[in-house]
Amino acid sequence: MTSSSFPHYDLAIIGTGLAGLAAAVCAVNRGLSVVQAGNTGAIAYTSGVFDVLGAIPPTEDGDIAVVDAPFAALPRLLAAYPGHPYAVVTPEGIRAAFHEVLDFLRGAGIVYHTGDQRNFAVIGPAGTIKHSWCVPETIMGGCTAFAAKAPCVIVGVERLKGFSAAQVVANLRGVWPQLRAAQVALPEHPGGEVYTEQAARMLEVPQLCRAFAEALRPLVDGVQYLGLPAILGVHRPGDVAADLSRQLGVTVFEIPTMPPGVPGIRLKEAFEDKLPEMGVALYCQQRMDGQLPPPGEPFRLHISGQPTEVDVLADHVLLATGRFLGGGLRGDLEGVVETVFGLPVVQPETRAQWHRADYLDPRGHEIHKAGICVDAQLRPVGPAGELIHPRLHVAGSLLANQDWIRMKCGAGVAIATAASAVEAVAKACAHGDGAT
Amino acid sequence: MQTEVLVIGAGVTGAGIARDLALRGISCIVAEQGDINSGASGGNHGLLHSGARYVASDREAAQECREEGEILKRLAPQCIEDCGGLFVAVKGDDEDYIAHFPDWCAKAGIAAHALSASQARALEPCLSPDVIAAYAVPDASIDPFKLALENLAHAKELAGARLLRRFRVQEFVIAQGRIARTRLVNTVSGEEIWVEAEQVVNATGAWAGRVAALAGADIPLLCSQGTLLVTHERIATRVINRLRKPGNGDILVPGGTVSILGTTSVTIDAPEKARPTVAEVDENLREAAPMIPSLRDIRYVRAYCGVRPLIRAGSEGGDGRSASRGFALFEHTDVGLSNFLTVSGGKLTTFRLMAERVGDVVARRLGNTNPCRTRQEPLPAVAACEWTEPGRGPKIWAMQHDAQDPLLCECEMISASAVQEIVDSCRDVFPDPGLQALGKRSRIGKGACQGAFCGVRVAAHLYDTGQMRSRDGLVKMREFFQERFKGQRPVLWNAQLVQAELAEALHCGLLGLELVDPKNPDKVLPS
Ligand SMILES: Cc1cc2nc3c(=O)[nH]c(=O)nc-3n(C[C@H](O)[C@H](O)[C@H](O)COP(=O)(O)OP(=O)(O)OC[C@H]3O[C@@H](n4cnc5c(N)ncnc54)[C@H](O)[C@@H]3O)c2cc1C
Ligand SMILES: Cc1cc2nc3c(=O)[nH]c(=O)nc-3n(C[C@H](O)[C@H](O)[C@H](O)COP(=O)(O)OP(=O)(O)OC[C@H]3O[C@@H](n4cnc5c(N)ncnc54)[C@H](O)[C@@H]3O)c2cc1C
Repeated sequence: MTSSSFPHYDLAIIGTGLAGLAAAVCAVNRGLSVVQAGNTGAIAYTSGVFDVLGAIPPTEDGDIAVVDAPFAALPRLLAAYPGHPYAVVTPEGIRAAFHEVLDFLRGAGIVYHTGDQRNFAVIGPAGTIKHSWCVPETIMGGCTAFAAKAPCVIVGVERLKGFSAAQVVANLRGVWPQLRAAQVALPEHPGGEVYTEQAARMLEVPQLCRAFAEALRPLVDGVQYLGLPAILGVHRPGDVAADLSRQLGVTVFEIPTMPPGVPGIRLKEAFEDKLPEMGVALYCQQRMDGQLPPPGEPFRLHISGQPTEVDVLADHVLLATGRFLGGGLRGDLEGVVETVFGLPVVQPETRAQWHRADYLDPRGHEIHKAGICVDAQLRPVGPAGELIHPRLHVAGSLLANQDWIRMKCGAGVAIATAASAVEAVAKACAHGDGAT
Repeated sequence: MQTEVLVIGAGVTGAGIARDLALRGISCIVAEQGDINSGASGGNHGLLHSGARYVASDREAAQECREEGEILKRLAPQCIEDCGGLFVAVKGDDEDYIAHFPDWCAKAGIAAHALSASQARALEPCLSPDVIAAYAVPDASIDPFKLALENLAHAKELAGARLLRRFRVQEFVIAQGRIARTRLVNTVSGEEIWVEAEQVVNATGAWAGRVAALAGADIPLLCSQGTLLVTHERIATRVINRLRKPGNGDILVPGGTVSILGTTSVTIDAPEKARPTVAEVDENLREAAPMIPSLRDIRYVRAYCGVRPLIRAGSEGGDGRSASRGFALFEHTDVGLSNFLTVSGGKLTTFRLMAERVGDVVARRLGNTNPCRTRQEPLPAVAACEWTEPGRGPKIWAMQHDAQDPLLCECEMISASAVQEIVDSCRDVFPDPGLQALGKRSRIGKGACQGAFCGVRVAAHLYDTGQMRSRDGLVKMREFFQERFKGQRPVLWNAQLVQAELAEALHCGLLGLELVDPKNPDKVLPS
């Protein structure tokens, strides 16, 4: 087979985390042909809540600044961390990128709300509060209830481990006197441990959902809101929530759970279902590898793993392979390496500097800021700022100088940089800057 | 508070002393600044020495180890895995040492059987093809947690011995050549109590110099930190020692489902400054790889360290390892005290002997003529202590698994009811079933995820069952994860680095535990 007979795309996206999937949506919207591979399980790990900016860690001694107004806080973030990926996108660009992805999700039955200028206060599974800008509709009820400190009951499910209504309530009751805890059994559960995904699929069955409402009914006396672990159906979760709310006469909302949680699984299924329908050649749970091509030649990429091994050509590549967990970076005894193209990685000098002595050091750990440096078009650059390859782009958590865990900017960086990189690719394609 | 004897320090030595005294009919209070085995007894290699390691340098210590090892195998088999051990040399190791080894062992009465290189490699396939000499010796692996818990439990049963956890000895009031009263301060609450004891025993290991100084006595101590690495899976059946002059990274000891590689020797100025470092981890790997090459590539779940209290004999000083390994007893009559005694140094393997010697002095001073009975009396097994045994979780779970009983710890297979059992069985001895305390008494947090997931699940369980009730639980979760991290930090590369990233995404990304102010946990951030 000669290379000319391989399928040839405008853009190959390596990675199917939030960055890769957002990129696919944006690319299709711009008329690009797309091939994509990666483990879609990555996205099932996200809480389902999309952060833009929730905190600015101190660079020296000092306290973490919790962010209430994420866009207004961007200059402060960039002053402290000049190399942060938000330096190459604009606030308008972030908003536009989110809306593009949220429109797609709405089409798949998953509705999100954004906080305009402010972050929402989201109730977390340990009864801590998470500050986030973009929240699924099913979780929003908790934000509203918390803001109003309205009478509310948090309900745990028997034998669903890792979620304790008593814990949520014990940790919030100090500021929310009208909060109480309860527990119910999941009706018609076959016995044994209750898994969130399994519970969510059960509640999609109308009779089971009705039986569940009956089990919850004795608990709603005197409350306006009822919070559950996130188990309200995998598909069209809004319908399950609305159904329960109607039956019980209170607003039923969800609280995110330990990963992989149902809100993440919803995203995974939405992308897996819809992207192929939109024409993306999506190879789920497969790897993509390749080398940097000489000028004028397309990337030749090898897709491996089950069920098919194929080679494809692409004029542009977007690397959205994530960090250590995603597989984009590997940290061995000698140092951190980028796993697909061996790109230069900015990183601490020695392994002893990767982590600070205290796990919860307010400054975070240096290793989390290791990654790939890019130019304004999200193309990787070397130590002296030299461009590595004109048709290679990078997006998402693989980017250097951000710590999404501590800054609470995971989804924001993923979505905004993906959109921005795709925009650059689309422009290049429009100018005929392809390989052929 | 009054008692016959106050024992300071609840390491294996303090626990052994409590039992030795109880068997003579003497009761005591054991005061411990942290928790059981927070010192060297919780940070050692778990090797029940056959003595072969010391045959060249210190024949007396070698003989002591051999005798004590034999006694413990007979009387406390539940704490020991009698796995046997090998001494192996590889190309380039000192030929002289190898040649003398069998003779040295014979002189110390230690059975050492010569093996061919291929026999050794057949027994332990992980050994390097470069093995040039090998001997089989009666080394074994011992569980120090179980040992200390059972010694204390037996002392309590026999003579009502009491353990005061989190109480640090701060001051002695001395009158007429005696310690009249001892002031203890709770390290968490600051609560102060006074203990009046007829005899006071200082069994504080590397802290012994500091505690002795409170009574005006001077003990020249050297603190030597040693770092060990825990593998994800057990990689050898037996203990494997390098057949050469004792050095760094030359022993691999099985610990149930894992193996433990060590150790190093770094002089530090204070025992609480001990931390396993990246440099020591690298040193262990570098030194051990010639003997067991796979040690460079396999996965480690954590590192930990302990501090050896090396008593400086005379003015030698210098490197910790060349100082004496034997233990020392100080009767403190030189500073005019008649009811104070310090024991320090020694080994886990010789803890019983150390306790016997202390018991002899204390009994004599109290006019008690009962002889030591720890050479004959078996150590009773205590069911509640069994959760420290690696691999026990899976065994129990598989044997009596109840489908209604969720597994809170998936790596070590500890179910909700097992957690409850540990909490209940420890409650009378340990009133505060915090996460840390549970971790010490069970395998929770010791598997592949190192507590990242099960810590969250167990906390949820403790809230659900009313054992945690306020935001203080968040502070306890922080402490638990911070403590586990100390050991993970030096081994975070490859798979463990991935695991650590997921853990932090969970603890900080999702739960925001770094934003909880431990001094003011009730503050809920802006709403
Ligand atoms: C536990 C957890 C909780 C989180 N909670 C939040 C939250 O509350 N709010 C928030 O905003 N964000 C959250 N996130 C972060 C967010 O989900 C994303 O992880 C982050 O934004 C980074 O996304 P990414 O797409 O860059 O990388 P990843 O999500 O890591 O995706 C990387 C992708 O690349 C693929 N890949 C790697 N190498 C190859 C290869 N050679 N070939 C093909 N594919 C490859 C992987 O299979 C994977 O699909 C959370 C993440 C985790 C893990
Ligand atoms: C790295 C390393 C590896 C080792 N490996 C082995 C081995 O494989 N085999 C072996 O036989 N031996 C080994 N040893 C030696 C063995 O661990 C020790 O000899 C033994 O644990 C000492 O026990 P201990 O009770 O005397 O001291 P410790 O266990 O240190 O106990 C002293 C206790 O006193 C407490 N304390 C201190 N000050 C106060 C105070 N003011 N008030 C109240 N309490 C106080 C401390 O918190 C501590 O719990 C090793 C030691 C190290 C460091």
